[in-house]
Amino acid sequence: MNSFAEFLGMGGYGMYVWPAYGIAFVVLLLNVVLPLIQRKKLLRDLALKQKRKQQ
Amino acid sequence: MSIVPAPLLRFYHRMASPPHFYSFTDKLLPWFVVIFVLLVVAGLYGGLYLAPTDYQQGDSYRIIYIHVPAAWMSLFIYVVMAISGAIGLIWRMKIADVVAISSAPIGASFTLIALVTGSLWGKPMWGTWWVWDARLTSELILLFLYLGVISLYGAIEDKRTASRAVSILALVGVVNIPIIHYSVEWWNTLHQGPTVAKMGKPSMHIDMLIPLLLMATAFKFYYAIAMMLAAKVELLSREQNSQWVKKIVEEKS
Repeated sequence: MNSFAEFLGMGGYGMYVWPAYGIAFVVLLLNVVLPLIQRKKLLRDLALKQKRKQQ
Repeated sequence: MSIVPAPLLRFYHRMASPPHFYSFTDKLLPWFVVIFVLLVVAGLYGGLYLAPTDYQQGDSYRIIYIHVPAAWMSLFIYVVMAISGAIGLIWRMKIADVVAISSAPIGASFTLIALVTGSLWGKPMWGTWWVWDARLTSELILLFLYLGVISLYGAIEDKRTASRAVSILALVGVVNIPIIHYSVEWWNTLHQGPTVAKMGKPSMHIDMLIPLLLMATAFKFYYAIAMMLAAKVELLSREQNSQWVKKIVEEKS
């Protein structure tokens, strides 16, 4: 592999190889980001609940 | 005297306690992230750049570095889910229930990735996106099993009951695992036979094999990371009325 363009071309199979890597990346990213967002939201909700109880 | 060594028993009891599990994952996570990043960078560099082009399949074979580890993970995670589901069912261990249900979306994701990347490989090599052969069909059934577990859990209000139902479903579905594994040997299929996991030497060049094993190990660590993150949310939610969760909430706000 000499150039970056050749690397992206993947010997003519770029249109199959890169979507495969792209889909894997997106799906695996979601599995990490979603729980982090859910935890943040849950902790916020629970904090609100506790405050309301104290009042 | 117990047949289980004392330190192992202590570890089991500590892990069975939700607050200990919660803080233990906090300690483990940064290390796992570092190991995962190193493995994935090395695996991708080796697989996409260093590994030679295949003499038959050209560069299309490079999909293997996602496809094969993802397919392995789809089976591995299912077995982990079924075993921890069984542990939760038999010994009423909360953490095992949480591990089982937290594994389901990750397993479903790997199954989906294996199916989609296989399709993207099949089009240029077989000339078709999909065939209803034994390997592909049994892997699709695996995806439906995962989705069944996820929706069954969501459909039952009481999470302890939900976990019991889910564990039974997961255990019944285990029968599909050997079917997937041996499908390429039992039936005449378009899918190629095993290359790495077979008796004797893997029939693959070492420069192609090493990145594959690196990616497979990276995916194992990824699973541990994603599962722990999901398990923490699940634990917080299930145990929200207990003292240790209240303490965490107070510390955060």
